[in-house]
Amino acid sequence: MTPITQNPPAAVPAQSFRPSMLWHALPWALAIGIYFIADGYHGLGTNIMIWILFAVSLDLALGYGGIITLGHAAFFGAGAYCAGIFAIHVNNDPLLGLLVATLFAGLLGFITGMLILHTRGETLLMLTLAIAALLYEAANHARWLTGGDDGLSGIRVAPVLGLFRFDLWGKTAYLYTLSVLFVWFVIAFFVVRSPFGRSLDGIRQNAKRMRAIGTPVWWRLVAMYALSAAMAGTAGALMAQTTRIVGLSSLELLTSGVVAVMLVLGGERRLYGAFIGATIYVIVQDLAGAISPFIWMFVIGFLLIVIVLFFEGGLMGIIDDVVNRLKGRGRKDQRS
Amino acid sequence: MSEADPILKVRGLCKNFGALAVTQQVDLDLARGARIGLIGPNGAGKTTLVNLLTGMLSSDAGTIVVDGQNLEQAKPETRVRHGLVRTHQINTLLMESNARDNVAVAVAERENYAWRMLRFGRQWRACQAEAQHYLEEMGIGHVGDRRVSQMPYGEQRLLEIAIGLSLKPRILLLDEPAAGIPSTEAHVIHDALERLPRDIAILLIEHDMDLVFKFAKEIVVLVMGRVLTRDVPANISANAEVRSVYLGRSAV
Repeated sequence: MTPITQNPPAAVPAQSFRPSMLWHALPWALAIGIYFIADGYHGLGTNIMIWILFAVSLDLALGYGGIITLGHAAFFGAGAYCAGIFAIHVNNDPLLGLLVATLFAGLLGFITGMLILHTRGETLLMLTLAIAALLYEAANHARWLTGGDDGLSGIRVAPVLGLFRFDLWGKTAYLYTLSVLFVWFVIAFFVVRSPFGRSLDGIRQNAKRMRAIGTPVWWRLVAMYALSAAMAGTAGALMAQTTRIVGLSSLELLTSGVVAVMLVLGGERRLYGAFIGATIYVIVQDLAGAISPFIWMFVIGFLLIVIVLFFEGGLMGIIDDVVNRLKGRGRKDQRS
Repeated sequence: MSEADPILKVRGLCKNFGALAVTQQVDLDLARGARIGLIGPNGAGKTTLVNLLTGMLSSDAGTIVVDGQNLEQAKPETRVRHGLVRTHQINTLLMESNARDNVAVAVAERENYAWRMLRFGRQWRACQAEAQHYLEEMGIGHVGDRRVSQMPYGEQRLLEIAIGLSLKPRILLLDEPAAGIPSTEAHVIHDALERLPRDIAILLIEHDMDLVFKFAKEIVVLVMGRVLTRDVPANISANAEVRSVYLGRSAV
């Protein structure tokens, strides 16, 4: 028995290594394995990883923070244009460009977040849309800087760390993107499990409760939004650096929609959901799209309806259910 | 500040909703460790008063002084950090999280850990361990791992108090802790309230008269947004004016 007045002993056991933790290595082992066997598909792989990074960034804001947004392309596009313009006019070192684009998108997220995050629900949704639309039109009209609807071309990127040239087959781009994705993923993995991440989970569930325990709700949402925007900016910058072209489509409403579809398809608030969702989306688009554009839209639409109607946690939720059934126990809350 | 000074001193607090004056010139003192009951008929402005004290509503006039510091203009979260804490009449818990994490986020906030983004191991587990301690103090240590949405209502009410307690309040405003609990089970709440640390000043707002009269050392009667009277329970139940506006109707 614990006496009431004493400070408690550590009642919760310390986290120690468990074999199930090895599952975390699986996606990375797969990605590295694919690098060696999938000649000719490195471009596709790079594309998938960029979308994964973008979807994980949306998971931070929408999934964990509960920030309803349909304008996340604003930060993806801002990062892409910033990296492209920086490479053309200032310095074409890829890592420096990545850093500048990330900070720029993060700052944009911070400022717009301060303006809009006191609202919630539909109002917030409209404001995120409006900000993305404003950026789109700004990029469209600033032809001298962005190339307008012709897109921004002529981006040249120096070798990574001065050593690894971006080759024609996209092998360097693949490993470069994988490394950046890994770094951001580790950050996201820690953030959502930190006290900060837990407090955001609380805000998502009940902002009133969090205010009553002394949480500065608005500031905390702004911080998460800025972090998420920075991450989306990195994804955009990777797109600019690896494809060497930035189009207006990077700022489009459709881009915001696509990344939301990927996240819901894979499962929100799981981080790995973004991995599965983005991978399936891009592969279905690539395979079915080769046959007919109608077919891939149909397949994605069909998948989305089935997932949203019948499987609450997306594809990752299905995997969880199967694993738990194999282990012979009921569904458990992943985050508890 | 001497020990004898009240920890909470409210003077001339006013709030109007349009033409309706819901709080009129309310003065209220709470000594350290006080046990005060706040009663009044429906619409007397009890919950409004709690909202004004905690900053969920902004007052039109008056001062709210906690330990010598005027917090009338302060944000809700600032007031919490000065030890002015409330519980809610209607549960506002994190329904998807388990009971322990509901308390742990409050502990993390109190300890200023909640801005730390990249240190999830030891600190969070320390918060959880402390949270478990508060659950045990409220007699619900066994439900730590349960999702709140799967807990019985009575245990949710106790969790609400455990969260308030975990913020180490100096003043705790309990807004109808027994709301929705059958009167036959109200003793569970009463037992929990009796276990609260002696040094916390408590203002109990409650419809269950048995609970108020058993718990409070003094009772404040609020009618139409005004303080009608303040006295020890024995005198309150004998007070003719109180009986006519309030107790008479509910026939206690």
